Amino acid sequence: MTLLSVENLRKHYSSGDRDVAAVDGVSFSLSAGETLGIAGASGSGKSTLARLILRLAEPEAGTIHFEGQNWLALQGAKLRGNRARMQMVFQDIHGAFHPTATVGSVLDDPLRIHRIATKKDRPGEIARLLDRVGLAAADAHRPVHQLSGGQRQRVAIARAISTRPSLIVLDEAVSALDVQVRNRILKLLVELQREQGISYLFISHDLAVLRAVSHRLAIMDTGRIVEYGRTTDMIDSPQSAAGHALVSAVPRLTLAGRPKNTV
Amino acid sequence: MKLIHKLIRTPEGIAGFVILAILIIISASASLIAPGDPLRIAGQALLAPFSDMNLPLGTDRLGRDVLAGIVHGARTSLFVGTAAALAAITLGLCVGLIAGLAGGLVDEILMRVVDAFQIVPGFLLALAFVSVMGASLPVVVIAIALGAWADPARLTRAQVRSIRERDYIAAARVIGMHPAEIAVRQILPQAVPPVLAVSATIVAAAILTEAALSFLGLGDPNTVTWGSMIAEGRNVLRSSPWLSIIPGIALVTTVIGVYLLSEGLAKALSGTHAALTPREGERS
Repeated sequence: MTLLSVENLRKHYSSGDRDVAAVDGVSFSLSAGETLGIAGASGSGKSTLARLILRLAEPEAGTIHFEGQNWLALQGAKLRGNRARMQMVFQDIHGAFHPTATVGSVLDDPLRIHRIATKKDRPGEIARLLDRVGLAAADAHRPVHQLSGGQRQRVAIARAISTRPSLIVLDEAVSALDVQVRNRILKLLVELQREQGISYLFISHDLAVLRAVSHRLAIMDTGRIVEYGRTTDMIDSPQSAAGHALVSAVPRLTLAGRPKNTV
Repeated sequence: MKLIHKLIRTPEGIAGFVILAILIIISASASLIAPGDPLRIAGQALLAPFSDMNLPLGTDRLGRDVLAGIVHGARTSLFVGTAAALAAITLGLCVGLIAGLAGGLVDEILMRVVDAFQIVPGFLLALAFVSVMGASLPVVVIAIALGAWADPARLTRAQVRSIRERDYIAAARVIGMHPAEIAVRQILPQAVPPVLAVSATIVAAAILTEAALSFLGLGDPNTVTWGSMIAEGRNVLRSSPWLSIIPGIALVTTVIGVYLLSEGLAKALSGTHAALTPREGERS
């Protein structure tokens, strides 16, 4: 079943007299419970694509259908209500939380806004979410800025799953983490997908990360998808120049025997 | 409350805090220190300071007690200074928040209005306003606020525009938070501290503007102010300079106190921000 389908999405930014096509006619679709990896170098338009899908920026042309609805037609209160179904985890582990927020307040907001739990039940629900992402219930009282990078990203994931979404957009979600922490976070994400059937749109410049989590892969270059297919096929034999560049940027993939895909 | 702790730990902060605390106590107990109308004739005219212990700071040309004038004038100065600054900062915060959040045409219009107020010298504006509306305390407060709200508005707008691009605002939007809640709970608390740091400067400027207006005879004629006392002393500057010097010292002390407090406040605020960096996290 198709969860998200994007057709011919376009977004331009003008800087001075130059017109830059950040997203230039992107189309793809994503099924329920599937992970689509979007790879590309910096400036290839993948973050803009994430912002367009999350309705943080408005496209100039194109359509987005999400859960059978015309996603771009939703406005105001209706859009805010439907946002529960699509969540995000961003790269910036320092900037993703209000500077004075506590872990509890970060998770309390979505539960309150979408009336997922009553005021009385919220502390219990927060404890449950924290436990699910591998944090202690007592952490709810800690300021987010006292947590380590990995712990913060766990809070971000807890926030994302708190509204029980069908899709989570992850924009370079593990790029700021060291390799060990990164692997644990990826494992958590895969577990959550198995349990709850969440789809991921996983944006990264790192093919090693995408190989571990994504079923299919799209490679972006200068605002377009230049390659699109099964992750394993594409890493084995990239067709486009951008694909070659990304694969050769991960030397261990081609030097040693390729480890078995975990997904 | 943590802020006050940090504030009185800086030397500037404690000095400014003490000066202003003394001034506030003096102005609050003005009627105890110098009972009765400070504008009434208390004794012989042009009495030099410290010559009569009943009138320790002497008297002016009409025989009015200088000490009573200083003490009651402190009340006017502090009231006008804080009221005008409060009005200017409130207006500036509102305009800056709206302009920064709305963007587009609303932003354009509001910022051109701010421009218009910024290019007219604040004192000239206050002078014109008081001349038209007539001199009374509320009019003086509004007149000073009119010349002072543009800076906080500009500062707030710049803050809001930088904050609203941060990821945590995007995160708040993604969880479906109402725009009004984002503005008030997520953006405003982060936009206020830098504005707070300049607020003391606005208070000091307001006190000086009020004194200048009074000096020119545009203060409220029924209240005694330091500016009007300096103006009054000007007529006998050669023979009795203390009549201008004493209120002058009071004015300078107050403004220095406010500036010191503002310095301490700025330091304490930047300290609060430093405490939010991960350095703090490593300890726990």
